[in-house]
Amino acid sequence: MGEIRFMKGNEALAEAAIRAGMQGYFGYPITPQSEVIEYLAAEEPNHDYTLIQAESEVASINMVYGGAAAGARVMTTTSSPGYSLMQEGVSYIACAELPCVVANIARGGPGLGTIQAGQGDYFQAVKGGGHGDYRQIVLAPNSVQEMVDHTILAFELADKYRTPVLILSDGAIGQMMEKVELPDPIPYKPNKPWATTGKTHDRERNYITSLYIQSDDMERKNISLQKKFRKIEEKEVRFEEYMIEDAELIITAYGVTSRTSKKIVDLAREAGIKLGLHRPITLWPFPSERIIELASDDKVKAFFSIEMSAGQMVEDVKLAVNGRKPTFFYGRTGGIIPTPEEVIDFIQKKAGEL
Amino acid sequence: MLNEMIFAGFGGQGVLSMGKLLAYAAMKEGREVSWMPSYGPEMRGGTANCMVNVSDKPISSPIVTMYDVVIALNQPSLDKFEPKVKKGGILIWESSTIKDGPKRDDIRVFAIPAVDKANKELKNVQVMNMLILGALVKVNDIVKKESLIVALKETLPERHHKLIPLNEKAIALGMTLV
Amino acid sequence: MREGYEVIYQKPKTLTDNKMHYCPGCIHGIMHKIFMEVVEEMDIQEKTVGVCPVGCSVFAYDYMDVDMQEAAHGRAAAVATAIKRMLPDRMVFSYQGDGDLAAIGTAETLHACNRGENFLFIFINNGIYGMTGGQMAPTTLNGQKTTTSPLGRDKKSMGSPLKMTEMVTPLDGVAFAARVSGNNPANVRKAKRIFRKALEIQQQNIGTQFVEVVSNCPSGWKCTPVESMDWIVEQSIPYYPLGIFKEPGK
Repeated sequence: MGEIRFMKGNEALAEAAIRAGMQGYFGYPITPQSEVIEYLAAEEPNHDYTLIQAESEVASINMVYGGAAAGARVMTTTSSPGYSLMQEGVSYIACAELPCVVANIARGGPGLGTIQAGQGDYFQAVKGGGHGDYRQIVLAPNSVQEMVDHTILAFELADKYRTPVLILSDGAIGQMMEKVELPDPIPYKPNKPWATTGKTHDRERNYITSLYIQSDDMERKNISLQKKFRKIEEKEVRFEEYMIEDAELIITAYGVTSRTSKKIVDLAREAGIKLGLHRPITLWPFPSERIIELASDDKVKAFFSIEMSAGQMVEDVKLAVNGRKPTFFYGRTGGIIPTPEEVIDFIQKKAGEL
Repeated sequence: MLNEMIFAGFGGQGVLSMGKLLAYAAMKEGREVSWMPSYGPEMRGGTANCMVNVSDKPISSPIVTMYDVVIALNQPSLDKFEPKVKKGGILIWESSTIKDGPKRDDIRVFAIPAVDKANKELKNVQVMNMLILGALVKVNDIVKKESLIVALKETLPERHHKLIPLNEKAIALGMTLV
Repeated sequence: MREGYEVIYQKPKTLTDNKMHYCPGCIHGIMHKIFMEVVEEMDIQEKTVGVCPVGCSVFAYDYMDVDMQEAAHGRAAAVATAIKRMLPDRMVFSYQGDGDLAAIGTAETLHACNRGENFLFIFINNGIYGMTGGQMAPTTLNGQKTTTSPLGRDKKSMGSPLKMTEMVTPLDGVAFAARVSGNNPANVRKAKRIFRKALEIQQQNIGTQFVEVVSNCPSGWKCTPVESMDWIVEQSIPYYPLGIFKEPGK
């Protein structure tokens, strides 16, 4: 049993990064994730990592690029507007195939928006965000414990596939406190022969680039990237389900709304409604195969995507359901978390019309 | 047993810290807990609140809309959350500063003049929130008083440990007010 | 080696055999060569990590036989910052043009200098965007014609050219600041000495090293290489004076 603490989501993420052997952290303060850099700044004297408060999120992500290419375990964290600023860098990192961890403790947008929790960055996270054909692994924790577990997993997946891994959390999970069990520090021994650590006499020079100016070269690079993405899609899909076996109506939700959705399922079950929850943990790769399975099940009547957005993940749900069953969307924006009461009303109304 | 609670008042009244202390104490007793603050500008002087859930089972949603317990330390909070107390639930309100008291009769209401008592009997208005917490653990034994003291010791920075006896006194005083 | 011949000149072993893509008369090739000579003479090839920018020198990693990273436009300073912080015993440099360092990357440049990041900026200032075809740079001289200042740079609406070395010199974090050129053999030799000095300062870990090179662009300036060298003497150097602006102990 690891150490038990009562922690904020943001602090838990920071502590987990330390225990995962993070060597460099580069960040810029923005609500509601500033606790991460504050926590890491306070802990820095007790550990070996380097922390820089960068001049902008643009600088942060490019420091991440430099540190990752130098072979180090590196991370940055931000919130929605800051994550927008990082998109060019994420695209470069994806193409240069560098491992790193980025966390977006999302708030409500668009624009400067609100500092309350939001899920309006789903498209940006899973469909690219930056330019060009790339994908990144996106993990969506829904508890403080998962802020720990997913941070450690993110570093491992990043190294395994040489890819940026995004933790897409939100202000509610970042700000709330729960009991967490922290793992012992994980010994980390980098094995990165591709890193730019200085050209020793026994090897050719390493260079890290995302520039392939000849079309043929660029296409070859793309083909190899896509091959990697297919492999990730095959191996790394993660999801969680609740009361799904006999469910006739299925909620799909991730992050903080998957927590409220559990409560919604409980309340619905008390009222005799056979409601279940499918919660994608990896938003990319998306659990499409599993949703196809559920949609092909005769007893399942409809899907309901519950989000803090104007309807984003619902598009991936619909792609998977592919017309087999009606798929509805209920969402709130502006940092408002849909309440169990309003969601149950919506589900009952729609189910009544089926 | 699930307890869904909200602590609400002005920023600076200690609503976030009292909620955190209670959650920590419950965790020390082996319960599942969650603490969800309102955050942002309201922390700097507006109204603030935190939702605290304590349960024997894993907590599904850290966010709730109807409460077993509402702690209201100012008028806007009382007005906003009185209707959100579940039938038969508990409402504790600060009665020396709030003018218009609660009206419902299907809930258990406790008026605690915590500000007056803290000023007069403890000469320190800042521990008002601890009086309220004392009252709460008396009417609803979510946690033992001793667990609150343990929580104080473990969560307060060392330099503030000299304040623990005063806080302990405030909790004890609060328990006598209900 | 053919009998009866002796080697009287060769490129440093720290340059690759790749043929450079730079235009005839461009100072980039000279700067690559003398900098890599310094790397060879100091025997630091195994410890050196460079960052190349977006701009004409985007392919510097094809020529410099050291580990290198290609940065996004303007971000070389941020990238170099992290490399040096992660690998403090390596010798780190960024090699950047004026658009990269003084326009899109000004914030990264100034903040890296201000933090005293211990790496060497090699700032190639030719007063024009060469790679994209001759547009105005932040360092284009007043009155100078480019494709985006066809009537000449008008300081009233476009501002006057930025003097980056003068801007970074007063910053506490900067240990060494100098401006050199490559327009004649004497200045090339001087530039090489300055590069060496800068790297020696990096070994002392006392602050950022910033070396600006007053450079040319015969293609973008639409003149011959020889005319471009004359322009440096007549136009560039009077506005961008050469010399050491800041060094330790002085």
